[in-house]
Amino acid sequence: MNWKTFLALLGRDAHVARRNILPVLVMNLIQPMMFVFVFGRIMTGSGLLPPSYKNMLLPGIMAITMVISGVQGVAMPLIAEFQFTKEIEDRLLSPIHISWIAVEKIVAGMLQALTAGLVVIPAGWLLIGTGLDLSGTQPLALVAVLLLVALMAAASGIVLGCLIGQTQIGMMFTLVLGPMIFFGCAYYPWSTLARFPTLQKAVLVNPMVYASEGFRAAMVPGIPHIGLPAVLAALGAFDIVLLWLGIRSFDRKAIG
Amino acid sequence: MSAGLRTEQLVKIYRSAPPMAAQTGFMFGQPRSKARSDKSKQVEVTALAGLSLEVHAGEILGLLGPNGAGKSTTVGILTTRIRPTSGQAIVGDFDVWREPVAAKRLFGVVPQRPNLDFALTAREILTFHGAYFGLPARESHVRAEELLERFHLGERGDQMVRGFSGGMMQRLSIARALMHDPAVLFLDEPTVGLDPQTRLVVWELIREYNRRGKTILLTTHNMEEADELCGRIAIIDHGKMIACDTPAALKASVPGGWLIRLRFSSATPALAERLRALEGVREVRSGGDTAVDVYADRGGALIPALVAAAANAGAEIHDVHLSEPSLENLFLLHTGKGLRE
Repeated sequence: MNWKTFLALLGRDAHVARRNILPVLVMNLIQPMMFVFVFGRIMTGSGLLPPSYKNMLLPGIMAITMVISGVQGVAMPLIAEFQFTKEIEDRLLSPIHISWIAVEKIVAGMLQALTAGLVVIPAGWLLIGTGLDLSGTQPLALVAVLLLVALMAAASGIVLGCLIGQTQIGMMFTLVLGPMIFFGCAYYPWSTLARFPTLQKAVLVNPMVYASEGFRAAMVPGIPHIGLPAVLAALGAFDIVLLWLGIRSFDRKAIG
Repeated sequence: MSAGLRTEQLVKIYRSAPPMAAQTGFMFGQPRSKARSDKSKQVEVTALAGLSLEVHAGEILGLLGPNGAGKSTTVGILTTRIRPTSGQAIVGDFDVWREPVAAKRLFGVVPQRPNLDFALTAREILTFHGAYFGLPARESHVRAEELLERFHLGERGDQMVRGFSGGMMQRLSIARALMHDPAVLFLDEPTVGLDPQTRLVVWELIREYNRRGKTILLTTHNMEEADELCGRIAIIDHGKMIACDTPAALKASVPGGWLIRLRFSSATPALAERLRALEGVREVRSGGDTAVDVYADRGGALIPALVAAAANAGAEIHDVHLSEPSLENLFLLHTGKGLRE
């Protein structure tokens, strides 16, 4: 393992991210923030939803934001760099094993996902206004969930970035990210699916479910959620599989 | 530090279309259907059919061949970018596919098409490249500044490269490859698409780098470039080595040196016999019903005799093309086709 090269690669990604920080944050945050405003403020303010919905919603929005920014932050540049401009080649030729370049991409994606996820807390606070109560937050559990979700998002980004071509980017949003988000228990707790037993079981293949439920368990433990140990175990398992799959797809994509 | 490189019995069979990095022209070799591929409709393309090549430390070796000969695939395998189907690729003391990281430290690559990092400025492209290779930041900046100046990019150093012209991108690609001062430099058709002036600049840069004892493998389909720059030339076609020697020796290996390509109303074996009997003619090859290639030790002086022989045989000459001793003639001799055909 060559740390100098690894850190230089990470430095390059950080440099590019810093240069684009505003557009990237806007792109990743605008949709979740509109959702927070409409559901957390307008719908609860007008009485269509109970005030407690605010506390249920924010952890789910954090999960969505992290997954979107992690997946996009890794997949989109990767898709572009592997196209005919072959921009990534200079990095593939740097003196480090190809798999470590995939790992570097994942670490960079995790940092992006963590930044976006943490920005949601103050932004949500501002948008939702009064009534948000995160006083039950367990810091250690929150850190664990943040890291596991960030890894899940970034590793998914590598997998999608390697499997999807430039022409199929639209499909990625419609067919992968869309269902992941809507069936990811971000807008409703998993327990409310009890009336739809088949669906309740089916959504368990969606890693987003554990991200949403994990943030609920860590930030608003008063709301019904899947137990923390089960959430952490599931996220850990998804992370391992996605990490393995991501590195393998990257290696295959990188070498002709 | 100097290092050579070699390949042993390199074979590369693409099971689908070759990757873009190696796609110089239309297609490699002859695509043929895989025997047991009814279900998948896979196409096998043999890009390299057992290529053994050696580049000595400190020399410039030109890899010459038409589009699709396997040049870029050879470079791809030697630079860890394309996995060989079988065979060995060695740079310095390292087997490229056993110790890729150690091998990668030894070489720099100038790709056929600029693959610059569009998210960075010209200067950052150089300094980050230096950082990937572990250069200290200060040294990296000094070297980047030097190279930008030397490659006439100083004024554009802090601009994003997206708006650069083809020539600027190519110069920056070369500068980037030189950042870590590699012992071996791979240049894949470095002057394609450059204007004549820039091409001369690039040639001079290549010579200058070689004078410092560096090993250079240059691929080209430009005879003049190979002749001008290379100490030795390896001619390949359909993934196989056809000839490898100094430009002078290669040219001398063409019978007589001169090539006179003739087209007749009809070319009969009797006509070929008459031509072969002429003084100075070394070899006569017929190409189809009307074409005859005459290899001879003289050029224009032979024309009257050729015309007379044709008249005696009752054949009418439609076209005469005279070419002086060149690598192009050598290529025609071995493959029956020109480099650009």
